[in-house]
Amino acid sequence: MAEALLVKEAGVAAAAPASGASSFRRRLRARRSAVVAAVVVALLVLVALAAPLLAGIEGQDPTTYHANLVDSATGGVPLGSFGGISAEHWLGVEPLTGRDLFARVVYGARVSLGVALAATLLQVIIGVVVGLAAGLGNRFVDQALSRVTDIVVALPVMVIALGALAVVPADFPRPVLIAVIVGLVGWSGISKIVRARTLALKSLDHVAAARLSGWGGLRIARRELLPALAAPVITYAVLLFPGNIVVEAALSFLGVGIKPPTPSWGQMLSDADTWYQAAPTYLLIPALLIFITVLALTVLGEGVRNALDPRVASRLRIGTGRKKEAGG
Amino acid sequence: MSLVEVSGLTISFDGAAGARAVDGLSFTLEAGAALGVVGESGSGKSASAYALLGLHRGTGATVGGSIRVAGVDVQAATDAELRALRGSRAAMVFQDPLSSLDPYYAVGDQIAEVYRVHTRASRRAARARAVEVLDRVGIPDAARRSRSRPHEFSGGMRQRTLIAMALACEPQLLIADEPTTALDVTVQAQILDLLHHLRHETGMGLLLVTHDVGVAAESVDDVLVMQSGREVESGPVADVLSAPRRPYTRELLSAVPRVDAKRATPAAAPGVKGPVPVPAPRDAGGGEPLLEAVGLRREFGRGSGRVIAVDGVSLTVHRGETLGIVGESGSGKTTLGRMLVRLLDPTGGSLHYGGAEIGSLSDKALRPYRRELQMVFQDPVASLNPRRSIGESVADPLRAAGVLDDTRIRSRVQELLERVGLDPNRYDRYPHEFSGGQRQRVGIARALAAGPELIVCDEPVSALDVTTQAQVTALLAELQRELGLGLVFIAHDLAVVRQVSDRVAVMRQGRIVEQGSVDEVYGAPQDPYTKQLLAAVPALDPALATVRRAARKELAAA
Amino acid sequence: MTRFLLRRLGGALFVLLALSVVVYAAFYVAPGNVAQIACGPRCSPAQVAQVSDQLRLGDPLYVQYAHFLQGIFAGRDYSTGTGILHCQAPCLGRSYQDDQQVTQMILTKLPATASLAIGAFVLWILLGVGTGLLSVWRRGRATERILTGLTLAGMATPVFVVGLLLIIVFCSALQLLPFPDYVPLTENPEQWAWNLLLPWVSLALVSAAPYARMTRSSMLETLAEDHVRTFRAYGVSERGLVGRHALRGALGPVIALGALDIGSMFGGAVLTESLFNIPGVGRELVDAVKNVDLPVVVGLVLVTGFFVVLANAVADILQAMADRRVVLS
Repeated sequence: MAEALLVKEAGVAAAAPASGASSFRRRLRARRSAVVAAVVVALLVLVALAAPLLAGIEGQDPTTYHANLVDSATGGVPLGSFGGISAEHWLGVEPLTGRDLFARVVYGARVSLGVALAATLLQVIIGVVVGLAAGLGNRFVDQALSRVTDIVVALPVMVIALGALAVVPADFPRPVLIAVIVGLVGWSGISKIVRARTLALKSLDHVAAARLSGWGGLRIARRELLPALAAPVITYAVLLFPGNIVVEAALSFLGVGIKPPTPSWGQMLSDADTWYQAAPTYLLIPALLIFITVLALTVLGEGVRNALDPRVASRLRIGTGRKKEAGG
Repeated sequence: MSLVEVSGLTISFDGAAGARAVDGLSFTLEAGAALGVVGESGSGKSASAYALLGLHRGTGATVGGSIRVAGVDVQAATDAELRALRGSRAAMVFQDPLSSLDPYYAVGDQIAEVYRVHTRASRRAARARAVEVLDRVGIPDAARRSRSRPHEFSGGMRQRTLIAMALACEPQLLIADEPTTALDVTVQAQILDLLHHLRHETGMGLLLVTHDVGVAAESVDDVLVMQSGREVESGPVADVLSAPRRPYTRELLSAVPRVDAKRATPAAAPGVKGPVPVPAPRDAGGGEPLLEAVGLRREFGRGSGRVIAVDGVSLTVHRGETLGIVGESGSGKTTLGRMLVRLLDPTGGSLHYGGAEIGSLSDKALRPYRRELQMVFQDPVASLNPRRSIGESVADPLRAAGVLDDTRIRSRVQELLERVGLDPNRYDRYPHEFSGGQRQRVGIARALAAGPELIVCDEPVSALDVTTQAQVTALLAELQRELGLGLVFIAHDLAVVRQVSDRVAVMRQGRIVEQGSVDEVYGAPQDPYTKQLLAAVPALDPALATVRRAARKELAAA
Repeated sequence: MTRFLLRRLGGALFVLLALSVVVYAAFYVAPGNVAQIACGPRCSPAQVAQVSDQLRLGDPLYVQYAHFLQGIFAGRDYSTGTGILHCQAPCLGRSYQDDQQVTQMILTKLPATASLAIGAFVLWILLGVGTGLLSVWRRGRATERILTGLTLAGMATPVFVVGLLLIIVFCSALQLLPFPDYVPLTENPEQWAWNLLLPWVSLALVSAAPYARMTRSSMLETLAEDHVRTFRAYGVSERGLVGRHALRGALGPVIALGALDIGSMFGGAVLTESLFNIPGVGRELVDAVKNVDLPVVVGLVLVTGFFVVLANAVADILQAMADRRVVLS
């Protein structure tokens, strides 16, 4: 409130900061929580990339059974305290199979983050192409694409993914399949945003001026529109990413997503469902990891949104209103 | 005791140490008197008005000095005391009447809400009061219209509603912050007349904040001119306007375009350095029209939602001639302007340029003509791409024309920047580093870069302060003479149009109601609408204002 | 308004038809032997042939689809070789694995889903809007920061994680509640509510977060608008500004999001139902997917789509009514 009133009523407060990347970074850094989140995300990505290395340091791999570490009398509860945590098995072992939990967690990060990332990229690509085409195309193109978008909105990701998993042959690699399905179903939000922004931008005078300069449509789209679309698209993509992680985890949790022996956090949770009384760490570790990852990405998304928000940006950049500047 | 006593008022927005938006302002307003605070944007006039009601409290702004309003020490008052002052003893009317009302509630309910805050009235009594004040400000059929929501009202009716809200608790002081800036000139006249009438009827004091000297001349007894947070001069309005003592006041007054003044030969625009080589002037005037529109039409939407924005407009523009187009909001003047340069496709009629029919050409076929028909836009913010340097924006037409040599482009652009009065070394700067007036100059340079035959200026100065307005207008007139361009100058401001135009067309509801030479249209208007427009223009001379007010009454009665 | 309504409902109908085409094409034109998949792995070749015949897989695609559509609007007949089986409209097909009509199967699951959806919905709207309102009312103080943090945590936690933790705490560790087991409302209302308590709470905790954020952000947006300044300048108290003017501005978006969410809930809260053992539409879908029971999957996807499209249309209409400017612009 304070800020808005000030800037609206007093052109004085609207000191223009340096433009472009440097001010973006400054604003991003100003949000400490966003920085912490970015560090967490970076760590998680690093863990995922270095999974074989980390498992190698521990001296384990994610798929070897250790029957000697679980108690066959109780149906496979890990021996030892806290789910069998020891110097060899840093996070203990999986109930029933005795597979090393640490190795499965770090390899699971690969799957969870990788699938979500691939799905997000697909969503962004389809969304931007469809949204741009609808925003720039003529009435007919816009109508047709908007209807298609409406249909896609009506497809609940979970339900469609479940349905699709039912008909695709079992030997098709699951991570790829999930990424493709989620990508194909979840792009409507981005395309709607891109279309709306394109329409708004198209009516701006500097685009009209570019037309009068004699440029063709493609060049105008590239020079005048695309740069202005980057901010909302990036913002939305960062917010989509955690959602995609949850979808993958949910599918795997339901037992129709990533299949063992490939590890994924959601699938570990699903197994843990039956073991939580005997081996609580087996449940808590993947639950905590999903929580931290999604939280970090959400906070980061907030930070990026704040740093890139066109309203914030334009307010900081330009202190004049549309109508006659009447303020003292 | 005076109604308002302000002494040593200081306001700063970024901490006590920050730059002061208002710096040592003092004034008093006696009960029943009217004071106009006049200044350009950034002068601190609105901030001062807000301080009277303690509206800076809690916003992070630092307010110093003493403020007494209707016996309340605003600086020392508790929140509850302030709330009791606001709206009850001192009420405020804001600039933009649409955004100043809650879109979700009926206007009557909004007035009733305010009334109930300050009285113990029942809901029913408050509603009755709302209808009463709405009726008083001239809302027809007030009982029924009180149930409408703001978006169902026209701009003028919304401003009347806000004034009614202010009247609800019979305040001793009315603070009006640019109350007519967002309104058309005819509506502005009505609102000013209403304020004038109410003031005499109720005896309340009026503090009028405005950028428009004419508006102040119409409405107040005393005037205080502000610049950069300080008082420049103050005194009885007739004295200050007829014999300004300070240079700034003189500059301000001389910059105000006069609707009754003949077109002056444009002097060199301030800030323009010596002549720069530009293409030799083409032969001016007479002969073949450069651009000719016949029965031009444009509709938007389909079916019952169809709107006819431009309805059969015919006009011609010659080389070396300026055609002014005047109209109020919604008259279709912007749509017309955009059709003339083919940013919009006409849905009917024809458009001839240099002997060719270009009204129905496809985008591709238009390419050869594009650069010859240029436009200068209203909004200096939206008309430049914030992500590209101004030099790049100006260079656009050159690059599009196939000039590839970077040094040649750069030197040509710098030449143009210099010609429009900008520092050529600021080629690589971004739009936000420029003021509104400078951005408008960039826009003009970009239009010139294309080597145009005709430039359509759509409200090129309406977003600018009055002194900047005068400079930009002078620049346009000068360039037009020098280059022998055809110029179409679209504006809502009759005085500005008169300053630059050879011929003028008056638009209303998509049609041209009157067209002719400037002297004909301004000197002896034929159409009743033109007469109404001219009578609505505020006069700088308070005595003349009284005459005009009487004339408006007559016109309205007729 | 009427025009807008008709146009919006017409649009919804079109989307539904298109959806049915997409879904039909996606599932019945899938790779592999559709009849074999639909019938299940244990079917004899004769049974598979019969299924193929009933689905008209021998006919061109558009004929297959026409029959499918006819089933939905007018009902259709299946020849079983020995007699004729009539499937009433809206006929979504037959499950060969369960030897049941899909419509029938869905209808029997709907009460459980509705119980879960409606209870949780009421809870999360109250929780979400309440949290948003409180954080605006207490803005700038510790309360706001805490609430904002909790909201973010809520956004970041998948419902199955919350649910699992709640089960562990309340059913396993504290033993305050029974392990959830659905009891129909008609059988024993008290048991019904008692058993649904945890699912409601877990769903509400997670779903409330977006409402809290939206309520908060749209209220803050309204508070920054000019008209709030007007009422502040007229002596209206902060309580009046927040409670009357700002809250009213948040109404439209909340209604719209609410309609969308409740719509997709009727398609089954897949995760919650699976976790808490609620025999609803969502769990049916998971079971059908695991068994590759094709007709049931198709039917469920269509029904879910129907609810979502309907909710979309209702959301638009409600929002337009809450904010009449939308219609005008």
